[in-house]
Amino acid sequence: MSVTANIKPSKAVDRVAIRSWKNPILLGVLALFAVVVFALLGPSGDATFRISQDSDVWQVPNLVLPTKVFGIVVALLCVGLAVTAYRQMKQEGRIAKWVTMAFAVVFVVGLLVWIIGGTKTQNITLVGLFTGAMLITTPLVFGSLSGVLCERSGVVNIAIEGQLLAGAFTAALVASITQNAFAGLLAAAVAGMLVSFLLAAFSIKYVVNQIIVGVVLNVLVSGLTGFLFEKIMKTKVDGVTIYNQPVHLPDLPIPFLSEIPILGPMLFRQSIIGYLMLILVAAIWFGLFRTRWGLRIRAVGEHPKAADTVGINVNRTRFLNVLAGGAIAGVGGAYFTLVAVSSFSKDMTGGLGFIALAALIFGRWNPIGAALAALLFGVAGNLQSILSLAGTPIDGQFLAMLPYALTILAVSGFVGKSRAPAADGEPYIKG
Amino acid sequence: MSETQTVKEPTPPAKESQGSQVFREIMSGSAMISVLAVFVALVIGGILIAVTDPRVSASSGYFFADPGATLSAVWSAVSEAYGALWRGATYDPTARTWQGQLGIFETLTFATPLILSGLAVTLAFRAGLFNIGAQGQILLGATFAGIIGFQMQLPPVIHLLAVILAGAIGGAIWGGIAGFLKARTGAHEVIVTIMLNYIAVSLVLYLLKNQLKAPGSTNPISAQMHDTALFPLLLGPNFRLNAGFILAILAVIVVAWLLNRSTLGFEYRAIGANPKAARTAGMLVSRGYTTVMLISGALAGLAGVAQIAGTEKTLDSDIAGSIGFDAITVALLGRSKPWGTFFAALLFGAFKAGGTSMAVNADVSIDIVAVVQSLIVLFIAAPPLIRSIFRIKAVRREGASA
Repeated sequence: MSVTANIKPSKAVDRVAIRSWKNPILLGVLALFAVVVFALLGPSGDATFRISQDSDVWQVPNLVLPTKVFGIVVALLCVGLAVTAYRQMKQEGRIAKWVTMAFAVVFVVGLLVWIIGGTKTQNITLVGLFTGAMLITTPLVFGSLSGVLCERSGVVNIAIEGQLLAGAFTAALVASITQNAFAGLLAAAVAGMLVSFLLAAFSIKYVVNQIIVGVVLNVLVSGLTGFLFEKIMKTKVDGVTIYNQPVHLPDLPIPFLSEIPILGPMLFRQSIIGYLMLILVAAIWFGLFRTRWGLRIRAVGEHPKAADTVGINVNRTRFLNVLAGGAIAGVGGAYFTLVAVSSFSKDMTGGLGFIALAALIFGRWNPIGAALAALLFGVAGNLQSILSLAGTPIDGQFLAMLPYALTILAVSGFVGKSRAPAADGEPYIKG
Repeated sequence: MSETQTVKEPTPPAKESQGSQVFREIMSGSAMISVLAVFVALVIGGILIAVTDPRVSASSGYFFADPGATLSAVWSAVSEAYGALWRGATYDPTARTWQGQLGIFETLTFATPLILSGLAVTLAFRAGLFNIGAQGQILLGATFAGIIGFQMQLPPVIHLLAVILAGAIGGAIWGGIAGFLKARTGAHEVIVTIMLNYIAVSLVLYLLKNQLKAPGSTNPISAQMHDTALFPLLLGPNFRLNAGFILAILAVIVVAWLLNRSTLGFEYRAIGANPKAARTAGMLVSRGYTTVMLISGALAGLAGVAQIAGTEKTLDSDIAGSIGFDAITVALLGRSKPWGTFFAALLFGAFKAGGTSMAVNADVSIDIVAVVQSLIVLFIAAPPLIRSIFRIKAVRREGASA
């Protein structure tokens, strides 16, 4: 009796406290930005989006948008959505999901048109934009999936960067020695698992702060691969560096699907790593949220004591998840040397592991969310390199900042509610 | 760490005499573990050097016929590398110039920004915050210092003071953002500082391509600092060692006083030990988070000043090098104590100075230094591991398990 009486008022208090104005404020600021920049200061002329390549079977006509008019429409839509968000928050204390989502889509499209309309040439090939983005997105997805597995079970994985780098190095080395790309792929997974093993051993067995271990492992892998790169990969045999000539994984286009405009070249003309990525995103999402296995993992990450009480071995679950995450990130690292570029170079992952961490947080610790965030970051990154030559209204460096700025907004509660698993980063000591 | 322990256990075991207590502390306590961790890390580094040495692999082909040849090859590979490291970091009688012989001053020069940024990490760590963002704070500090240093004309001493102040402010802003967001929204400082590191690089690159670019240059590099804005050299023009080192020592003294003697430092340590208890005791935890990150950022900003006004003299986006990440390992090796950080920074400075000479004289890539450094920290962070390697018994501490 008294228990229920106690709970009820506190729930009501919670509901009032949850009403947060951060989201409507952010949408309002962005809408204002849209009005001023896209509509009032919008460039004149047309922005042309080329959808088909000349070699495509189905030719889709170019999409031509009058920049100024389109900017005004986008601005109006943004203002409307911001007002909706404000009213929803006032009346119901929460914003419907579709409002934020629609705002994000409209704003991003508006931004893209504004940027392209502001360049000198005023046109862009969408196929190039998206297929080029996959070069960044693919390792990001693998990295953030590794993070999802680790963090859902309660282990913070700052070592994604190290896992990717270890995978890239090992794949290059093994694929060069064996002249077999698949052996390289397998070795990369093992290398990622080795990094993960250190992370798990130190953070779970020796209960060292997980962030410390992660940071240190990144330095360790960077130093180790750099050292071995100088010592082994630069060694010349008969004037050729034979240890850094990895065999590449072949592209395997899927007959019918690969002809779909944009999506085809982007998703269905990939190497086996690309298809593995699609399968893994779906499988991990299904596993985490629809199976007993996933329920257990999430229980371990949210409330390890409760999980332990019902007989789940908390630390073994975590250990296995961290190992699996390492294998996945290792495969993502292999993408660098077996698909994207021709050979290993020092620190070639270049901080992508940290963007993967950002994608994971921005995607709210959800495999599909993380993959979409990785796609967004990939497109932003590729747009930056495409536009660096085209004289844009916005400096490429600001596009480069986008993933990081969005992540800060997400963790400080301005973009939806990004909440880590409750026991993320907390070691579990039985007793 | 000893201060916190005395706070935790007001009644130390009284049965032992003071002397044997100290002896046991040294033999099995944190200092001994640090030394052993360095030793084990160097051994593993030596194994790596030996395994990848061409002479060793050549002689290992006939290992069973002549094991002595392999062993002597291993010995010469490792001793050459570590010998070059040691001589490069301290004193090298074989160097061609007399300036080149005195590597010890290069060690101090490399240690200067490490001391300052290590203190930044240490201070935040004692308040329970993980400042991974020293990298970005150094960059912002260097940028602010640079703006005063190469874009303004001021009288000699005032110019340098203005540069130092600007650098501290730049770092403090960048660190303060993370502290403020942590205090106000609960955003995890690790994530925010990592992201701020990358934003700082983009921001500085943007500035270097536009407002701060050196006139006539095509690269994103700034103009040179005015002479009045530079730290004076301590040992004449032959050595790079400059007054930044003195600033670093002053910072150690100030931070030691702040942490151990001041009310603010007590608050920080209380918040770091148990934020809930600190809140109950009437401390403003959120204000503590903001101010400690402001001070921490300012210290890292000073490391940026040490770079731009001491050794680099021009601003580029790579001015922080790997200092921001080394700072984390320095702070961990120094066990989050100001003077511990100081000596850890000296050691890592020696690694940097010696690593260059090792790369030149023994043909061992400087990357091995990163390997050894990270291994040191891993072993120090996991005392049970070192204890089990050397079969040291843990000192029993009553009430320390909490």
